[in-house]
Amino acid sequence: MSDTILSIKDLKVNYGGIEAVKGISFDVPKGHIVTLIGANGAGKSSTLRAIAGLVKPKSGVIEFEGDNIAGKDTTAIVSRGITLVPEGRRIFPDLTVYENLRVGAYMRKDDITPDINWVYELFPRLKERSWQAGGTLSGGEQQMLAVGRALMSRPKLMMMDEPSLGLAPLIVRDIFSIIKEINKRGVTILLIEQNANMALSTADTGYVLETGRITMTGPGKELLVNEAVKAAYLGT
Amino acid sequence: MKKKNKAELWIAFAAIALIYVAVAILEQTMDNNHIIFTVLKKGAIYSLVAVSMNLLNGFTGLFSLGQAGFMLIGAYTYSIFTMPTAVKLTESVYKYYEAAVKFDTGIFVGLICAGLAAALFAALIGLPVLRLKSDYLAIASLGFAEIIRAIFQWDVLGPVTNGANVMRNYLDLTDVKIPFTDIPFPPTLYVFLAAGVCIALIVLLINSSYGRAFKAIRDDEVAAEAMGINLFKHKEMSFVISSFFAGVSGALLAMYQYTVQAAQFKAAMTYELLLIVVIGGIGSISGSCIASFLYIAASEWWLRGLDMGKFLGIDAPNLFRSGFRRFVFSIIIMMIVLFFSRGLMGDREISFAGLIRRFNRRQTAGATKGGGIDG
Ligand SMILES: Nc1ncnc2c1ncn2[C@@H]1O[C@H](COP(=O)(O)OP(=O)(O)OP(=O)(O)O)[C@@H](O)[C@H]1O
Ligand SMILES: [Mg+2]
Repeated sequence: MSDTILSIKDLKVNYGGIEAVKGISFDVPKGHIVTLIGANGAGKSSTLRAIAGLVKPKSGVIEFEGDNIAGKDTTAIVSRGITLVPEGRRIFPDLTVYENLRVGAYMRKDDITPDINWVYELFPRLKERSWQAGGTLSGGEQQMLAVGRALMSRPKLMMMDEPSLGLAPLIVRDIFSIIKEINKRGVTILLIEQNANMALSTADTGYVLETGRITMTGPGKELLVNEAVKAAYLGT
Repeated sequence: MKKKNKAELWIAFAAIALIYVAVAILEQTMDNNHIIFTVLKKGAIYSLVAVSMNLLNGFTGLFSLGQAGFMLIGAYTYSIFTMPTAVKLTESVYKYYEAAVKFDTGIFVGLICAGLAAALFAALIGLPVLRLKSDYLAIASLGFAEIIRAIFQWDVLGPVTNGANVMRNYLDLTDVKIPFTDIPFPPTLYVFLAAGVCIALIVLLINSSYGRAFKAIRDDEVAAEAMGINLFKHKEMSFVISSFFAGVSGALLAMYQYTVQAAQFKAAMTYELLLIVVIGGIGSISGSCIASFLYIAASEWWLRGLDMGKFLGIDAPNLFRSGFRRFVFSIIIMMIVLFFSRGLMGDREISFAGLIRRFNRRQTAGATKGGGIDG
C-alpha cells in the first residue's frame, strides 16, 4: 500500500460538546475513486471539512502523501493539492462563471489557460455562460461550476460532498460520468453521497459511515449487492 | 466580448478626461467663489471616502462605521505635518501648549502620511476584530471613531493635537503650486486629480486577483476559505487599504476647509457617507461618485433656499426656515431608498454601450424599463 495518497487514522471531530466523528480510519489509494456513504448526520461532511482544514480535528492523523496535515490551515492544504467541492455547491453568486473559475485557481501563480480550456471542454455549458453571474445558473449548471472551480486548483485529490443533491437523474448521470473522466486524468476522488447506488457503482472502494464510525468496507460493486447495505441505503 | 470591453474602456477614459477638461475650463472662466466649486471640491472628496467605504462594504462584505475616525486621523496628521515649524513655535495656533512636533513636510508627504497613519490604526483594530465574526467590525470601528475623537481633544495631547482648539495655518489648497513654478495650481482641479488618482488605484485593486478574492469572501466566506483564500489576511488588507484612503480624504478635507477641528468628525458624518454609498448602490464605484456629487449639491446648493426663506422663487419665510431643508432632504432620501431599493446603480457601473442600447431601444420599440447601466 505504498500508493496511498490519503490515510486517515483515528480521526475525531467535535463541535463544542458534540462528537460528530468518533475516531474513524480509512485509506484512499492514489488514482482511485473512493466513496463514503452514510445516513444524515453520520459525520460525512465533517470528515471532509476536517481534511480540508475548515474545522480543526480534535485528534487523529490525516496523512497526505506521507505528511500529517491535520490541523494545518486551508490555504496550505489547497496548495498541497487537496480541493473540496462543498455541500450545496456554494458557488459565488455575484461573480461571473469565469470569475468563479479564476477564484478556484487563486493559490496558483502559473498559467491557468489550459485548465480553463479543460473545464470548458468538460462542461461546454459553462463556456456558453462564462459571462453570466453564477447565481443565475440552474442547479445542475451550478454543480458543474462547483466541480470546474475545484478543478482549477489542479488538485491531486478532489473531495466532493454530495454532488447529486437536488439534481434530476439525467444530470446526476452526466456528473458521474464526468467524475470518471476527471479520475481518468489522474485525479484521485473522495466522494460522499446519499445516492448510494450511483456512488457505489462508480467507486473502486466504498466505506459505510454510521454515527461517526466506519462499519463496513469493500469494493463498490460488492457493497452494492451486500444485503445490509441494500436494506439501509439502497431502499431495496 | 474582450474586444468590446476594450472599446468601452477607451470610451470611459475619454469621458473621464472630458470631465477633467470641463472642470479645468470652468475654473478658469467662472467666478471661483461660485457655490459650484464648493460642490465640486467637497463632492470629489466625498467620492473618495464613499468609494473607499464601498471597497469594504460593497466589495468585501465587511461593515465598518469608522470612516469619520479615520478621516479625523488623516486630517490631523496632515495638518500637524504640514504646518510650518515657524508657525508652530509662535502662539498663532498652539496658544495654550508648546508644540511638540518640531518639523514640517510638504503637501504630498503630508497626504501620504495622513493615509499611513489611518492605515496603521486600522491595522491595529483589525488584528483582534477581523478574526471574529464580521458583525463585530461595525461595533468596534464605531466605538473607535468615537473614542479617537475624544482622545484628539484631550488636554494631555495638546502639544500635538492642540487640544480642542482649531488647527489652521497648515498648507491648504492655496499653497498648491504647479510643479517647478510659483504659480498656484487651480484648487478644484487639484482636488479632482488627487481624488481621481486614489479612486483609480481602488478600481485597479478591485479588478485585480485580490479584488476577486474580496468579492468571493463577500459572496460566500466558507467557499472562499475552501478555495484557499486566507480570510483574515484579505479582510485585514481590505480594511487597511480602505482606511488609508479615508485618511487621505480627511487630509484633502482639511486642505479644502483651511481649518480643522476634531469635534466635526462625528458619527453623523459616517452615516452621511453610508447613505451616499447606499443611494449610489452598494458595489458600484460610479454610483458612489454620482451619489456623492448629488448629495453635496442638494445639501449645499439646490435645497439651500429651504432654510433661507425663498425656494424656487416662492417666498415663504415662515415655512422655509432653518431646519426645513433637513426635513425635505430626509424625505427625498427615504423616497430614493424606497423606489431604488438597490440604490441608483445597483451593483453595476455606468456603461456607454448600455446608454446607446437604451437609446436605440427607445427609438425602435418605445421605452422599456432599465438600461443606461450595464453589468
Ligand atoms: N457547525 C456545527 N456545529 C455543531 N454541530 C455540527 C456542526 N456541523 C455538524 N454538526 C453536527 O455533527 C454531526 C455530523 O454532521 P455532518 O454534517 O458531518 O453529517 P453528514 O454525514 O454530512 O450529514 P448529511 O448527509 O445530512 O449532510 C451532526 O449531528 C451535526 O448536527
Ligand atoms: Mg453532509
